[in-house]
Amino acid sequence: MPTSPAITNLEELKSHPAVARLLAWNSSAVQGAKFDREEMTIYVDRSSIREACALLRDDAECAFNFLSDITCVDWYPSEPRFELVYHLLSISKKERVRLKVRLDSASPAVESLTSVWPGANYFEREVFDLFGIRFTGHPYLRRILMPEDWEGHPLRKDYPVEGYS
Amino acid sequence: MILNMGPQHPSTHGVLRVLLEIDGETVIRMMPDIGFLHTGIEKTCEAKFYQQVVPLTDRIDYLCPMTNNLCYVLAVEKLLGLEIPPKAQWLRVLLNELTRINSHLVWLGTHALDLGAMTVFLYCFREREEVLRMFEMVSGQRMMTSYFRVGGIALEPPLGFFDRVRDFASYFSSKVDEYENLLTGNPIWMMRTKGVAVITAEDAIALGATGPTLRGSGVDLDLRRDMPYSGYENFKFKVPVAQEGDVFARYMCRVQELRESNEIVKQALAGMPEGPIKADAPKVVLPDREKMKTEMEALIYHFKIITEGFAVPVGEVYQAVESPRGEMGYYIVSDGTAKPYRVHMRSACFANLQTLPKMCEGRLLADVVAAIGSIDIVLGEIDR
Repeated sequence: MPTSPAITNLEELKSHPAVARLLAWNSSAVQGAKFDREEMTIYVDRSSIREACALLRDDAECAFNFLSDITCVDWYPSEPRFELVYHLLSISKKERVRLKVRLDSASPAVESLTSVWPGANYFEREVFDLFGIRFTGHPYLRRILMPEDWEGHPLRKDYPVEGYS
Repeated sequence: MILNMGPQHPSTHGVLRVLLEIDGETVIRMMPDIGFLHTGIEKTCEAKFYQQVVPLTDRIDYLCPMTNNLCYVLAVEKLLGLEIPPKAQWLRVLLNELTRINSHLVWLGTHALDLGAMTVFLYCFREREEVLRMFEMVSGQRMMTSYFRVGGIALEPPLGFFDRVRDFASYFSSKVDEYENLLTGNPIWMMRTKGVAVITAEDAIALGATGPTLRGSGVDLDLRRDMPYSGYENFKFKVPVAQEGDVFARYMCRVQELRESNEIVKQALAGMPEGPIKADAPKVVLPDREKMKTEMEALIYHFKIITEGFAVPVGEVYQAVESPRGEMGYYIVSDGTAKPYRVHMRSACFANLQTLPKMCEGRLLADVVAAIGSIDIVLGEIDR
């Protein structure tokens, strides 16, 4: 079963309820979309991620009421360096969508989702701890897995896997 | 007063430290502190070939190794676009349900032990021992099985394995009756669990809880039924849901799940298809030993896969399975090489742990032990 090529044209993906809803709300917030391996990815502008999530959560047709996961990918040395990845799940529709926010390395900061889902708390602390991305408005943004006095952010690609640098 | 519970405390099921601000015996504020078991598995994965990651996935949640194996290989197979033969899928389901039984037995035993019921622990570990022996039979290991391969499973199960599972499945539900006889109607058990550590459905969803922690609050979500993977759509089973949201509700959900898992095991045994156990993908799946010793190409493929791994097409997938604790998810990003660019594990316990302060604040100190036991945490999975 070879995988079919990814669809990256926003025009073709407009029928997806989450894409349609976000475009209707604010077309400049959607930077792109991708449908690959039966999974929907929407690139959202970094300033609108919190509002976009609240919108998708409350919209009756999308009903993405559950935050599964927040994580990050480091594309060092290319820019924008970081890609924040949000996985949302709709419990009633049994569907998933992935939202992505691109951040450059100069000031990696984004609005916290804790006001939308309190459960974002630990996930954002983990991303802060391991990637060094700041979440503005987070109630308790401190290291969670590494010791308090640790230097550096281990999951960044310029952090060595072994030995001392 | 600030009280430190753990990290070395028998009822925290590992190395969880809980900071408790108490007034007399009432908990005012609670803060879980984690990270004591952090080993950087996600970082390690980035330096391994795809197949070499499988043993690491065992070690994050050591009570359900097969579930983690399955979730990881499903994600890689989705990236590769591999089709898995039915027999391998059914065997994976069979072993996953045995894993669920194993994990729930450890949970039930230790949870009851925390609340003072010692006998249940001994009963549960008696049956768990049998499950571990069956794991040893198929994989050679009791706990860190690493039995699944990208594209199938490692080996045919040995002779006598299915008979042994059939025998176990035939008597297991009577053993669940034994546990229930000791606990379900027991007045002490009910006083320690009913109405304790309540969480509402809205709070559970907002905090990201999954699995029995969510179903105990009345939300009917089970990924095996709702977003089937690995052929779960072929099995008939009920998803136990309780409405109360207290420790007893979560207990009932898990005990019923033991019975349902046993039913799935029986169905898997009855309908086990014939055929190969590995996908037909010579560049990904290792050849049989026999072929390797007689055919030139097989030997070349074997050498290539072992020394260079196999390249995975560029892309990203998120694959979630229903682990005994909730939604276990793997997010894998591939850059087209033989090593994953990024592996992220969405751990069910990590999110479930956030419900703990909501459950305990304003309650008695003694109920903290019941609450921690009821969300069934495994610290290896939380800290990774």
